[in-house]
Amino acid sequence: MIKLNKKTQFFLTIIFIAVIILLLFTAKENLNSYIVRIITLIGIYGIMSVSLNLINGVSGVLSLGHAGFIAVGAYISSLLTMSIYQKEAIFIIQKVIWPFNSIEMPFLFATIIGGIVAAIFAFLVGWPSLRLSGDYFAITTLGFAEIIRILALNLTSVTNGALGLKSIPSYTNIWWAWGWLLVTVIVIASYVNGTFGRALRAIREDKIAAASMGINVYKHQLITFVLGGFFAGISGSLYAHWLTTIDPRTNTIGIMLTFNILIMVLIGGLGSISGAIIGAGLFAILSEVLRFFEEPIKIFNFEIAGISGMRMLIFSALFVLIMILRPKGILGRKEITWNNVFSLFHRKGDK
Amino acid sequence: MSFNNFIQNLLNGISIGSLYALIAVGYTMVYGILKLINFAHGDVFMMAVYFCFYAVTLFTVPWWLSVIIAVAGAALLGFLIDRVAYKPIRNAPRISALITAIGVSFFLESLAVVLFSGVAKSFRKVFPSFLGEMIIIGGEEQVKYGQNVIVGGTRIPVITIITIITTAAVLLILWRIVYHTKQGMAMRAVSMDIPTTSLMGVNVNNIIGMTFALGSALAGIGGILWAIRYPQLWPYMGFLPGIKAFIAAILGGIGSIFGAVVGGLILGVLEIMIVGFFPSLAGYKDAFAFLILIVVLSVKPSGLMGQKEIKKV
Repeated sequence: MIKLNKKTQFFLTIIFIAVIILLLFTAKENLNSYIVRIITLIGIYGIMSVSLNLINGVSGVLSLGHAGFIAVGAYISSLLTMSIYQKEAIFIIQKVIWPFNSIEMPFLFATIIGGIVAAIFAFLVGWPSLRLSGDYFAITTLGFAEIIRILALNLTSVTNGALGLKSIPSYTNIWWAWGWLLVTVIVIASYVNGTFGRALRAIREDKIAAASMGINVYKHQLITFVLGGFFAGISGSLYAHWLTTIDPRTNTIGIMLTFNILIMVLIGGLGSISGAIIGAGLFAILSEVLRFFEEPIKIFNFEIAGISGMRMLIFSALFVLIMILRPKGILGRKEITWNNVFSLFHRKGDK
Repeated sequence: MSFNNFIQNLLNGISIGSLYALIAVGYTMVYGILKLINFAHGDVFMMAVYFCFYAVTLFTVPWWLSVIIAVAGAALLGFLIDRVAYKPIRNAPRISALITAIGVSFFLESLAVVLFSGVAKSFRKVFPSFLGEMIIIGGEEQVKYGQNVIVGGTRIPVITIITIITTAAVLLILWRIVYHTKQGMAMRAVSMDIPTTSLMGVNVNNIIGMTFALGSALAGIGGILWAIRYPQLWPYMGFLPGIKAFIAAILGGIGSIFGAVVGGLILGVLEIMIVGFFPSLAGYKDAFAFLILIVVLSVKPSGLMGQKEIKKV
């Protein structure tokens, strides 16, 4: 095991980030727009999975309401960035209510406000439900996400009801997505590695023991939940401006999204930030590769029709198999750190 | 609301409530034994309806036989879910079991999309048409547009009556099984203490498998009755009824079969009555159950009939 000093690690991290930026830049200049869009999506998925991992993997409660916070962030930010005329044009059943009908703001501020509103929702949900034990918390958050979807369908003067929002400006590009991912990772990593994170890990391992050591379990979990909700809202804003539509009827913001994020976290390993990002990348790439099964295949003159829904079937089978065969995913709770990376090479060198 | 309307709503509420009760019993039995929310329960409900649908439309069996096939299929499916997915992780932490359950639910839904396609199918004409008719009590006959029509009166769909009677009969059989057979005794013993029961020579895994099969059969019956009432089937139809039935189980006190029935009835009647009294809230109908959940969990987490769990450290 190698231990590098803090300064070297910091220096290496800066170089690493610079390399990533350079790679993204090259990718954006040279690759076609389809692939650039997927890379952007990986960044958005990364924020979603890192924030869900903070709640589910680090603080040790199981939240199934992530899609709800994402939906809140998506709606709020889109309503803020869309131009007044556009809003007038798409809200045909009822006019949009006051603050949104006269406001138009830049993407950055809209995203931050989306995140803050999602965090407020997280507080309102977490406040009563974090007092409950594990299973009940899971079902309550699931219920909350469903309530958000029902509200989105019915509060026509805010969300445009079942019609959803259309022609949202497509602001999200590779830099917004990966920039926010960087912010998310920096904030969450420093949160997890600090005093708070240590307390959280103690809670995860044994709630009662942690409480008897003087850790306020409820307060720690609530703060974590709100922080996770904030970044879910941010990712929701990016997602909405990437998709450019929000449709409350389909599964864009429904339980399916929570499932998908949960798969990303599980692939990477519940409790690991670097694992969550790897999981997000693998999920995005796999779901593009697996499109193969849903497209018609032509063999000689016979055309075999694609099977729609095959991707989700493969993912869900993968989900169950991971839980049965390798519940800790790729990385488990380990992180990819410079120390680990160098130790890996060192060991090889020794042989 | 007039008296006629009230009676109509009450009966509808009881019939929806008994469907919730049928599903909730399966949740509560599994939870009582494994302390696991079997998320896949709602999807077994959905699968049973598809079994029934395809038995009639594809294999043209008579409708009563299709019901038997569907219920048996649901029971088998429940048993298989336990064997394949839950048995290997019996000793894993509870949170992994819960995540696995979510995965199984997701898998069954995707499987239904692939096998039966995601397009909604109509369940009408699968069963004889008398099930869709109304019983009209009272009211007066008038001639309108040259036809004899009955105006007013209490209108009760036939399926409502059938649902209530079937549920009562099924629950009676369940009660006989759980409280008056050896297997039932073993089930109750397993729900109290798994290691001790296995030391008494009971094959715990078989008993757990049986519990899954029994609960799933009940969900299957509930699913078919549900589909006759709301004749549209699609792969995600089990999600909301499943979650609501679980809420009913919590409301009644999780682990208690009688509590699940009471919780289901209360939830069903409340849901229908709130919409009956405040029609403007109809769009939010599906959200009430979750509000009830939050209220119950914060006021009395053990539910109406549940025993308070005392945790030793």
